[in-house]
Amino acid sequence: MAVTEAQAAGTGQHPEQGLSHPVTSTGLSNEKIAMWAFLGSECLLFGALISTYLLYRGRSVAGPFPHDVYDIPYTSVSSFVLLMSSLTMVLALAAMQRRDQRRMRVWLVTTALLGATFIGGQVYEFTVFYRAGLSLHQNLFGSSFFVLTGFHGAHVTIGILMLLSLFTISAKGRLADNRVETVELIGLYWHFVDVVWIVIFTMVYLIPGVK
Amino acid sequence: MAATIAAFEPPAPPRRLFRRPVHPTGLWGWFTTVDHKRIGLLYTATAFAFFILGGIEALIIRLQLGGPNGHVVSADTYNQIFTMHGTTMIFLVVMPLSAGLANYLVPLMIGARDVAFPRLNALGYWVFVIGGLFLYSSFLFGHAPNGGWFGYAPNTEKAFNPAHNIDYWVFGLQIVGIASLTGAINLIVTIINMRAPGMSLMRMPIFVWMTFIAQFLLLFAIPVITVALFELMFDRLFGANFFNVQAGADPLLWQHLFWIFGHPEVYILILPAMGIVSEVLPVFTRRPLFGYPVMVFSGIAIAFMGWGVWAHHMFATGLGPVAKSAFALSTMFIAVPTGVKIFNWMATMAGGKIRLKAPFLFAAGFVTMFTIGGLSGVTHAIVPADTQQTDTYYIVAHFHYVLFGGSIFGLFAGAHYWWPKWAGRMLSDTLGKLQFWLMFIGFNMTFGPFHILGLQGMPRRIYRYPSGRGWDFWNLISTIGAFIIALSVLVFIINILKSRRGPLVGEDPWDARTLEWTTPNPPPEYNFAEMPIVTSRDELWHRKYIEGPDGRPVRREPERIEPVEPAEPAEPAEPRLEPARLEVGDGNGSSASTNLPPPAEEVAREEHEGESVADAAHEDEHGHIHMPSPSYYPLLVAVGLPIIAYGLMYKTWFVAVIGALITVASVYGWALEPATEPEEPIDMSAPEPEPEPEPEPDQPELEPAGS
Repeated sequence: MAVTEAQAAGTGQHPEQGLSHPVTSTGLSNEKIAMWAFLGSECLLFGALISTYLLYRGRSVAGPFPHDVYDIPYTSVSSFVLLMSSLTMVLALAAMQRRDQRRMRVWLVTTALLGATFIGGQVYEFTVFYRAGLSLHQNLFGSSFFVLTGFHGAHVTIGILMLLSLFTISAKGRLADNRVETVELIGLYWHFVDVVWIVIFTMVYLIPGVK
Repeated sequence: MAATIAAFEPPAPPRRLFRRPVHPTGLWGWFTTVDHKRIGLLYTATAFAFFILGGIEALIIRLQLGGPNGHVVSADTYNQIFTMHGTTMIFLVVMPLSAGLANYLVPLMIGARDVAFPRLNALGYWVFVIGGLFLYSSFLFGHAPNGGWFGYAPNTEKAFNPAHNIDYWVFGLQIVGIASLTGAINLIVTIINMRAPGMSLMRMPIFVWMTFIAQFLLLFAIPVITVALFELMFDRLFGANFFNVQAGADPLLWQHLFWIFGHPEVYILILPAMGIVSEVLPVFTRRPLFGYPVMVFSGIAIAFMGWGVWAHHMFATGLGPVAKSAFALSTMFIAVPTGVKIFNWMATMAGGKIRLKAPFLFAAGFVTMFTIGGLSGVTHAIVPADTQQTDTYYIVAHFHYVLFGGSIFGLFAGAHYWWPKWAGRMLSDTLGKLQFWLMFIGFNMTFGPFHILGLQGMPRRIYRYPSGRGWDFWNLISTIGAFIIALSVLVFIINILKSRRGPLVGEDPWDARTLEWTTPNPPPEYNFAEMPIVTSRDELWHRKYIEGPDGRPVRREPERIEPVEPAEPAEPAEPRLEPARLEVGDGNGSSASTNLPPPAEEVAREEHEGESVADAAHEDEHGHIHMPSPSYYPLLVAVGLPIIAYGLMYKTWFVAVIGALITVASVYGWALEPATEPEEPIDMSAPEPEPEPEPEPDQPELEPAGS
């Protein structure tokens, strides 16, 4: 397959690269491919944790059981908040693509706040569950539920830290206008964490336990 | 890539925790290096040190089992020794040796100046070495891991193993896993995105292909064992119930998670060695690799099918007939692409003009020993037979034939083959052959009898056995064999030490076929003064030889070849060739180390002893080559990890917090420093007054003097 001149110019990596050579680069940046590879790896991380949860569903020998503690309307609202943060993340990226860093910062903070709201909701939910007698060592449900959702919460927290760091760098005028991809990569991570939550919310909360 | 990095350069000099190392030399230079070649050597040297440690453990095991009623070590110590032997050889020897070779060779083989993320590369190394030291620190506390290399839960639960032994294993492997993951991402991006012009995927050296495939296996297998270790960690530290059978847990969960990682892991260990052998055999038979595309696709097929065979490790656990049949079939099927490879290696050797050098011997040893190991592997697919063999020495024989007879022989083939690339000097071929024959004989004496012992019913992991079972003789033979292997490793070390006074070699001592041999030995920091342009598979071979009228390779006449203008696209019939390259290699099949033309040797010496002079000359010629700058942060990020682990293990939370702060602050320092410093030195006399974005831990001792 011959590479077009536009593609060759787009990669900008090998000045010698002309029409006669086969494609030796994807034209994507290294950072973006690395992020996709990392997210692919994360899929199996969450996949193994979700599998554990599903394997142990309905096998707890002592309560409380999922239907004793789940508050579906409450978790639906916090899930909605998290999903909306994906929208604001897209708006932040769009603003950065227009080189409008001021607006990008507004959307970044909004995204981080929505994420923090979700985390706050999770902390509250964990507290309620704990008071209802559910803990890591109470039963299988407690172990698999807290580790899976807590692991996801840790991912959201890291995402919030990245958003706030980016916000700080931009606010200090240290973010070059051409660093659109930095915003895009953080966005990729953020969307991935959201998508994982859709799976977790469906598998863990919506599909009811056997008991 | 330089262009990408340039696009990301921030408008103002970034703030930093402390001054960046500029051009450090000496020991400190090795601590801060981001050069893929130095990191590759560090990986290889460290893994070899762990190989010695793992070998000493093996000798203790063999001493204990040399005769009936052995009393060298206690049962408890024996458990720790065999666990650490397996864990060391897999996670701290074969994996990092493959990673080290890949680090050193992949950029050179695909015509790149470095890997995609040089600092991430350094992080991978430091995390690996610190994770390995963390694992070995368990011996200091007398609590080395003792649950076998697969650490089956619930046996490794707190209830059955209350001391800290397993905690070291759980945290150590999680730390080492980070190294594998970052290395996998780095190499995947490098191979996908950074090949030289003309280096299409199907022109890549087969070692690059096999490494590429193995990195995908790592990328997807490491997270699965991480989750298993994570769950075990929660069970042991925080009283969770993942493997607590009283709470209703499934005792097979660990086995499933572990072997979903564990079987791809087998191919992670063997695929790079297969790649090495596929590089060595063509060079020493002077034929192209037979069936290159089939070799590539059989590698891919092995990698895919490797995900569907894990339960053959669990045939004795009562999975039910359907699952057993399915996994028996998939296990038999995976032998097909593996067998294809073996036939291709044989076809490469058949009819070739074989040069019987040490690298070739090791490669041929790989093919034969791996075939034996592969055949005994297929017997495990037969469920009734496997039920009989499970947990006997027959299994031990099988995996040593594939991991030692396979991976280690392949890695030694690579070590002998690429030694002149790394050191600029040849290893002695005589000592190399002596090492091979000692290792070959010792290996078969050690592990061959295990087949018989296993079929006689000798179980694995027993620390002593009574006399009169018919096991005494073969165990004694095995112990003698183990010491012959140790002797062969000693010969290798002597060979290395002697080679330091050996003659310098030119660029192409083996009359080789791939791009890494177009650079000086050892290569300069920037690898290629000019980016190579690739026109064919086995690029270097085609630069040196053309097809004669009878179809045999004919060496190009030096006067026939004129350097083509660099701007002009090279044509397959007349590749661009630099005259200097014709001075090295001799083409008549013998090593070039003795009859090199003097000019090439002088060039080699100049590169070797006066690198800065050569650098300056190249910079004058080709413009300044701007390489990634060294950094402290990869080391610092890695240093925090074992501190977190110690803190969690011994429930001293403030220690864990300190470790986390070191790691997090270093990650921020890393993110805020550019991969490559701008050309102009940054004026550090007027530091920014703003505070750092993250609380920084105490790190002043790392401040270089005079900053």
